Amino acid sequence: MEIFQQIFNLETFSSTLRMAIPLMVAAIGGMFSERSGVVNIALEGMMLAGAFVAVVASYFTGSAWLGLLAAVIFGGLFALIHAVVSIRYHADQVVSGVALNLLAAGGTVFLLNILFNTSGTSPSVNALPYWGPFKPTVYLGLLIVLISHYVLFYTPFGLRVRAVGEHPHAADSVGIDVEKIRYVCVILSGMLAGFAGAHLSIGVLSIFREGMTAGRGFIALAALIFGKWYPFGAMGASLLFGFFQAIEIRLQGIEAIGIPAEFIQTIPYILTIIALAGVIGRATPPAASGEPFEKGKR
Amino acid sequence: MAEDINFKNLLKEISIPLLAILSSFIIGALIVMASGYDPIATYSALLQGAFGGLNSIADTLLAATPLIFTGLAVAFAFRCGLFNIGGEGQLLVGGLTAAWVGTFKGIPMIIHLPLTLVAAMIAGALWVAIPAILKAKLGVHEVITTIMFNYISYSLVAYFSLKVLANPGSIQTPDIEPSAYLWRLSNVLDIHSYFNIGFLIGLIVLFVIYYLLWKTTIGYEIRAVGISPDAAEYGGISAAKNIILAMLISGALAGLGGAERAMGLFHNYRNGFSAEYGFTGIAVALLGRNHPLGVLFAALLFGALFNGQDYMNMLAGVPVDLVTILQAVIILFVAADLLFRRVLALKPEGRKGE
Repeated sequence: MEIFQQIFNLETFSSTLRMAIPLMVAAIGGMFSERSGVVNIALEGMMLAGAFVAVVASYFTGSAWLGLLAAVIFGGLFALIHAVVSIRYHADQVVSGVALNLLAAGGTVFLLNILFNTSGTSPSVNALPYWGPFKPTVYLGLLIVLISHYVLFYTPFGLRVRAVGEHPHAADSVGIDVEKIRYVCVILSGMLAGFAGAHLSIGVLSIFREGMTAGRGFIALAALIFGKWYPFGAMGASLLFGFFQAIEIRLQGIEAIGIPAEFIQTIPYILTIIALAGVIGRATPPAASGEPFEKGKR
Repeated sequence: MAEDINFKNLLKEISIPLLAILSSFIIGALIVMASGYDPIATYSALLQGAFGGLNSIADTLLAATPLIFTGLAVAFAFRCGLFNIGGEGQLLVGGLTAAWVGTFKGIPMIIHLPLTLVAAMIAGALWVAIPAILKAKLGVHEVITTIMFNYISYSLVAYFSLKVLANPGSIQTPDIEPSAYLWRLSNVLDIHSYFNIGFLIGLIVLFVIYYLLWKTTIGYEIRAVGISPDAAEYGGISAAKNIILAMLISGALAGLGGAERAMGLFHNYRNGFSAEYGFTGIAVALLGRNHPLGVLFAALLFGALFNGQDYMNMLAGVPVDLVTILQAVIILFVAADLLFRRVLALKPEGRKGE
């Protein structure tokens, strides 16, 4: 009983939400990219880049809000590399994603050295202010989910995104510019991942730390799949995974009942594999996801 | 690639990787200059760190050794049309297994050494078995499942190494028995390097994989499935069987890479066991055009970069992470090879219908 009280209380609830926000926003980013037919395993790197740029911008301008803005803009620019390489040059999208993750990991630490002459941790910068119990990124993150659902299912743009991801040639034949839609979606995914990164560095904390995303980009990818490429699905999965992260931090309560924290960490990944295997309703990616678009090829 | 002995084909085959390396070094030089350092001093320090003296060369080969295994693991799966992005996890699981089996006492070396190697290979293969089966039977994309298995391995390996095998308070598992040591060059030569016969095992495995892929029926079937699973099925080759086989072999190769670290370099499993060898293996395979010989050269290149980076940092002051950036840029250029093909007006590779 005591363990239940330790796990299910108000603090766990708010910590779950804090943990879930970067997952859900990045997952929504991944959703736009994959719905348009571009696999994005670089969410991790895009988040990391966003987290870094947010701190740098906040450090030099003194404004955390400008930090958030810079993270969103830079996330989009960073994603543009993925877009150009995989849309224009038809590169393998997974390979491009691997490269971007490396580039972010190496680039952030490299610049941390150059700009602040430290390796590991940046100086402390101004963080976003509290709005009531949470940071603004929490409310904005939830708003992003709502807007994304609306955009994807109730606007012409959303219809085009889905068409391009399911059947690019049919979309092309009715005059939709497949490449343009894909560019927009990939850049959007970077902007959202950048936002998620900023939430970590200048929302939850006020510093950048080497590798601070710690695999959250991949948990976001898992949440996207577990949520079956739907905004509310991704939100639900992110809340679930965020809950596991939150109780993992409340370690002692868990180890008391004999479950090592390391086992809790694996739950999101195991659930995702089970979802992919079709045990709890098959998770099927958009049909053209991963395929470069070549006009005139069928 | 038996038909590739033709010189013109060979030139075409290596022109893209060479251009990618050259371009990334130019971009690297620009980054170095923009950061206020001297690119020539940087690269010469890198070279000196990698090849200046016998000890450095041995260390470069030592750094290249795990990359031979992980690069080969990725390349082998690619030949069957599969993208094994889980080499990192398979290497860790293989390494931990070797570090455990290596501690068994009272077994003569002639049994203990191969036993430990094989145990690591089996562990690596088992770690990719579920993604392999899901891919073969249900068509679940192996990229996602192997990524998920990477993260599962990070947690589980940390648990078993630190909380089960290691003595309390220690961040490494107990040392393995000498009967499971891979022989080190420092046993006979006066060098500091931990260079060991794991590198030679790597060369042998490279040859075995080459032979398997191009001189046996198994290899023929695996490549046929890689080119077109449907056509292979039509020709009486089971795609599912070969997908599973190729993935298991790929996992075993990565696991063997972990065994070399545990048995040759560290003599135990510890925190920071892998310097992302599994992910660098992807770069190695791509740069090596998924050919064993190419994998060897690419592994040596990245081994040299990793080994030279500290010296570069010491002498030229450039952060070591420049090497990671170079690696990323090389991958991007190899992946976007269409860029070079357009520049060189080479025909795009046989994507159907072009």
